[in-house]
Amino acid sequence: MKKLVLMLSVLASVVVSNWVSANNYEVIRFGADPNYAPFAYKDNTGTLVGFEIDIGNAICAHLKVRCQWVESDFDGLVPSLRAGKIDAILASVTVTEARRKIIDFTSEVFSSPSAMVFKAGTDLGDAKGKSVGYLQGSTQEAYAKRVLAIQGMKVVAYADQEQVYADLVAGRLNASLQDAQQAQSGFLRSPQGAGFELGKVIESELMPSMSAIGIAKGNQALKTLLDQGLAALHADGTYARLQEQYFPGVDMFSGN
Amino acid sequence: MLENVARFVATLEGFAPLLLQGVWVTLKLALLSLLLGLIFGLLGAGAKLSRVRAWRVSAQVYTTLIRGVPDLVLMLLIFYGVQTAVSRLTAVMGWAYLEIDPLTAGVLTLGFIYGAYFTETFRGALLAVPRGQAQAAKALGMKPSQSFIYITFAQMMRFALPGLGNNWMVLLKATALVSIIGLADLVKVAQVAGKSSQQLLSFLLLAGLIYLLLSSASNAVLRWLERRYGGAKQEAQR
Amino acid sequence: MIELILEYWRPFLYSDGQQITGLAMTLWLTSASLCLGLLVALPLSIARVSTRSWVRWPVQGFTYLFRGTPLYVQLLVCYTGIYSLAAVREQPLLDAFFRDALNCTLLAFALNTGAYTTEILAGAIRSMPRGEVEAARALGFDGWKLYTYLIMPSALRRSLPYYSNEVIFMLHSTTLAFTATVPDVLKVARDANAATFLTFESFGIAAAMYLCITFALVGLFHLAEKRWLRFLDPSR
Repeated sequence: MKKLVLMLSVLASVVVSNWVSANNYEVIRFGADPNYAPFAYKDNTGTLVGFEIDIGNAICAHLKVRCQWVESDFDGLVPSLRAGKIDAILASVTVTEARRKIIDFTSEVFSSPSAMVFKAGTDLGDAKGKSVGYLQGSTQEAYAKRVLAIQGMKVVAYADQEQVYADLVAGRLNASLQDAQQAQSGFLRSPQGAGFELGKVIESELMPSMSAIGIAKGNQALKTLLDQGLAALHADGTYARLQEQYFPGVDMFSGN
Repeated sequence: MLENVARFVATLEGFAPLLLQGVWVTLKLALLSLLLGLIFGLLGAGAKLSRVRAWRVSAQVYTTLIRGVPDLVLMLLIFYGVQTAVSRLTAVMGWAYLEIDPLTAGVLTLGFIYGAYFTETFRGALLAVPRGQAQAAKALGMKPSQSFIYITFAQMMRFALPGLGNNWMVLLKATALVSIIGLADLVKVAQVAGKSSQQLLSFLLLAGLIYLLLSSASNAVLRWLERRYGGAKQEAQR
Repeated sequence: MIELILEYWRPFLYSDGQQITGLAMTLWLTSASLCLGLLVALPLSIARVSTRSWVRWPVQGFTYLFRGTPLYVQLLVCYTGIYSLAAVREQPLLDAFFRDALNCTLLAFALNTGAYTTEILAGAIRSMPRGEVEAARALGFDGWKLYTYLIMPSALRRSLPYYSNEVIFMLHSTTLAFTATVPDVLKVARDANAATFLTFESFGIAAAMYLCITFALVGLFHLAEKRWLRFLDPSR
């Protein structure tokens, strides 16, 4: 009996010792999907790195708070935000009307359109029967289901972007649909991306380009803080530096 | 083929610390969930055998629901549901926000789920202890709590051991599922290592091998425990 | 909640317009894996109880391997691992087989349940009363006939309670199929969750569906046991 009480109190103290006062933001918990190089990915030592990771860390440094990164599958990020597990989502989340109904967004982080990736020389004009893969929960999913599927393509959903590329390389997919810049930097430039090419940019209101930090609905305090942080990054040149480091020569900020 | 093996061993050295971390997380998760599950199991068995109808019904609902719904679905529900509930509770009570990290969430989830399976095991084991034992304890003047701890519980553990052992083996393998909700356990670590080194199959096979070793070790420990304490089972197994 | 049901009832039940999804896919995965597993387990269980160690050991190794590792790992190996080998992709037959996600999933599931069923049946064969086997031998039954007419029917009956657990376990394991892009009930629930963000409702519907199927299966096995295990009923 005594051992039972002891174990229960140990369990309780483990939980309680993680108390974080989130009201005045000493810590900002960012949610990220670590399978989206070079925006967010894991290097050889398992450390979380990437364009958005660096942006998040820079914002925290400017606001003089601690950054905590919570990893999750992409489609688990919004439920996590609503459940209160994270304070903000920094994971290439495009701003759409459907998402605006559930969560709020800060000002723009970056803008990047979507495009398909396929084996060099494939003719996707005859779409029927060809299979295209995408990340579950993304805007590309909405486009794939509402446009590509109607055209006769076989649309397949994946839990993370890396798996899409794995199956594309293996030959299970004819094409993959994702953010164009991510495809360029995270796949086409890597060894496994040899022999693949990027298709034309796809303009569709189902797949807007602007991506921002997602926060819980009505959280004006955090929105103000993060907007300040983002503005500071542009003002002191950190954004330009990171942009050049990860996407040399590309302008990721549309300024809308 | 041999160069592949050599190449794998070379990359292994680079990823060894990460893999060991993954194994440690898996072990921690499994052992802590076992503990919590045992607690839930004892409480549940007690409730199921209680004279109070409300306890019996709630325990029955608990075991039926948990055993009727797949682990993964429960994990997703509990993982988001518990955090939401806790957030609402702390908001209503005016406390500061209570953080539940992935490991704690995993332990709570698995412990809660396997508590239902342990409830059935403990219930069967409690029923297998002859009533005469408890009656004799009462006749000897033992308090109910003493009678439970020294007589009923001690004998019950013998009968419960096979069932607990089986459930432990299932629990050990179920820890692989938590990688799907984001915990960096052995399977997730193996996937990360395999993808970045382009040797996915080798790393997955290695993860499988480690699980195999853990299962074998558990089997050995369980067999030792049964030989030491499991008099009843040994008699039946001639 | 109502909109959720109205919009997703079809994918949850049988189709999303493109392929079989939801309940239909889950039931197909469960039954196909169980059938294949049973087919595999029938000869293997006989081998498992053989007195010749060179027959027994490979089967023992197989069951040890597949019962000692998580199904999730086995699925990952079958789906992502094997197909990453160039040797597999170059061979046309293998390539065609492993390219399809459903094939890989069924393979992993069938092997897994085959291993467990082998052990269940082997245990049932071993628990058969010696007297019955001796009587059969005395009557001239031997080898193939002995197994077909006496041992296997009896073993199959005795294993019903344990096999019912295995069937429920297989049903619950099909929830892993979405990691190999096979659209079962859980995948539809995740889709619904991603689109509407109603987490509790989406997964709650999935949980309710699994609960119903489990109840149905438990009821079916109850009936089966009442019919086929009557001869072991102690109360009669």
